[in-house]
Amino acid sequence: MAALTGMRDAFADFRRRRWSGLAMAGALFVIAWFLPYFYGPLDSTLDTAIYAVAYIVFALGLNIVVGFAGLLDLGYVAFYAIGAYAIAWFGSDWFTEAINGGKSGVHVGVSGQAANLLGIHLNFVLIVIAAMIFASIAGAIIGLPTLRLRGDYIAIVTLAFGEIAGTVALNGDAIHIGKFTLTNGQQAISPIDQPNLITQFDNAFNLRPYYWLGLVMIAIVLVVNFALRDSRLGRAWIAIREDEVAAASMGVPLVRTKLLSYSIGAALGGSAGAFLGTYTQAIDSNQFQFSFSILILAMVILGGLGSIWGTVVGAIILAVIDRKLIPDTLHTAPHDLFGLNFTSSEISFGIFGFLLVVMMLARPEGLIPERRRKLELTEGLGTDESLYEVSA
Amino acid sequence: MEATAVTAQAPPAGSAPAILEAAGVSKIFGGLVAVDDVSFSIPERSIVSIIGPNGAGKTTFFNMLTGLYKPSFGKIAFQQRDITQSRPDQIVAMGMARTFQNIRLFATMSALENVLVGLHSRTSAGVFRSILRPPSQRREERESREKARETLSYVGLREQHFDEISINLSYGDQRRLEVARALASDPKLLLLDEPTAGMNPAESARLTEFMHKLRDERGVTILLIEHDMKVVMGVSERITVLDHGEKIAEGSPEKVRSNPRVIEAYLGKQS
Repeated sequence: MAALTGMRDAFADFRRRRWSGLAMAGALFVIAWFLPYFYGPLDSTLDTAIYAVAYIVFALGLNIVVGFAGLLDLGYVAFYAIGAYAIAWFGSDWFTEAINGGKSGVHVGVSGQAANLLGIHLNFVLIVIAAMIFASIAGAIIGLPTLRLRGDYIAIVTLAFGEIAGTVALNGDAIHIGKFTLTNGQQAISPIDQPNLITQFDNAFNLRPYYWLGLVMIAIVLVVNFALRDSRLGRAWIAIREDEVAAASMGVPLVRTKLLSYSIGAALGGSAGAFLGTYTQAIDSNQFQFSFSILILAMVILGGLGSIWGTVVGAIILAVIDRKLIPDTLHTAPHDLFGLNFTSSEISFGIFGFLLVVMMLARPEGLIPERRRKLELTEGLGTDESLYEVSA
Repeated sequence: MEATAVTAQAPPAGSAPAILEAAGVSKIFGGLVAVDDVSFSIPERSIVSIIGPNGAGKTTFFNMLTGLYKPSFGKIAFQQRDITQSRPDQIVAMGMARTFQNIRLFATMSALENVLVGLHSRTSAGVFRSILRPPSQRREERESREKARETLSYVGLREQHFDEISINLSYGDQRRLEVARALASDPKLLLLDEPTAGMNPAESARLTEFMHKLRDERGVTILLIEHDMKVVMGVSERITVLDHGEKIAEGSPEKVRSNPRVIEAYLGKQS
């Protein structure tokens, strides 16, 4: 009987907390939704907001790998590249010559001007799904060799994969598939189709639809994050993060569970890459730098590893600093204040590095720390000595 | 059946069929022979102990049985199926679970969550079901929680501690939680690595009683590594003695107790 009432109380408590959390999230979402009306349709704040929205999706994806499963990934830019090239291939005139000798194009679920263009033009939703599939496969491939490694060694391998992705993008103009090349190297593949969902997007006249599309993506990704965290899979990730040997001995298949975290994180990164690709309208290899991986990782660390809301806040803060504060506001600060001959944007990563150092000294668990991480840091828990032969 | 029967030594006459058989198992680390050609079998529904001085290779042997180490030589069969090359999680799925000598709970998880991880191999929700939460997933989650609570009560953890973070539990409760986490997967064979370490005699006695209850009520076969001779002699039907990685004696508690090689291993040679 006591067990029954206890259970009922716990359940009621769970529901209460759940509803209050949901209500708050809903209110935030509504506020965010109406934010663009305070700015002109082409205001630069809106541009920053759209980047922030894309970065949130990236950061929430990386949070699954780094925050939940505890696998450090320094090559997350690879999934940005895959998502961006997915939309470059399936949402531009890149394959004009391949389709019917350039006489007509392939169109699936597109209307408006894109329906008359040559090349392959798929509906934005289909492209996002394709990007997620490509990225999750790549995530699993990147994950495989790292499974035999631990800690810092995983980070080094993922870093190498990020660099490989960038280099393939750069030299992809020499990789021929039939009459076509994989990428356009440093030249951009452009223009990319703008989505036609409910309304035809056009970033020459109105940025708002991009922002709203991004918000919808965030809502979906948040649901995915919360659902996974509180699921059988989420518990298995935390178990692996805390003690791999014990997790394996309790029946958690290490390889499968780790690969799933890489794949899901990659898929979310791919979707954000496709979104950013259509917004920037041009995709070239210079966009896929190592610094991007670090930027996203810094968002997760700043907000609080494993903390979903923390990651969102971290992404917003760094997006504003990266897209607005440094390029617009602080641009000439070194010259004006000290008479120095450089701009802030040239040392933006120095600024991020400084921020992270301050953060590690003042609040190592992040802005909105996850309960478990806080315990791990304060009690020195969760670092297990490694075991020997649990591989493959 | 693709099951590969291992032809180790025949089980002792008149006993139940063996649930676990190890045949000529060795483990070599570099130049060190940690376990040397040990053959051994556990009859179903029995309580068997492995004893031996520190460094005798008992835990290494355990780690081989549970798949954490691969034996350098030899074969291990669980319920007539070869598990020599199986992964730890596969072995758990087949019905073998263990605890650790130095408690290895998931420190920042609650007691309940620890047991839920133990249920991993008995549940199936994957990525899509976890995200979309169809009724089947919600039912599975609800049943898992019920089962976890029931298991925690069974090992004697008090209800108010179910949602406590596991490091905040008392030492005895942590030990109990380790057993609950292992029991969650409904094992046929439970391996306990020094379960009474750090317990007082009253607690040890309670654990001894609990092992009998577990075997009688749930039909669980128990293999334990133990240093407390009172526990070992009181609970075991058979004892295997390891020294320097070799099996030096095997048999009933009375036989082992009077074996001169065992006395020598524990007390040193008489001059």
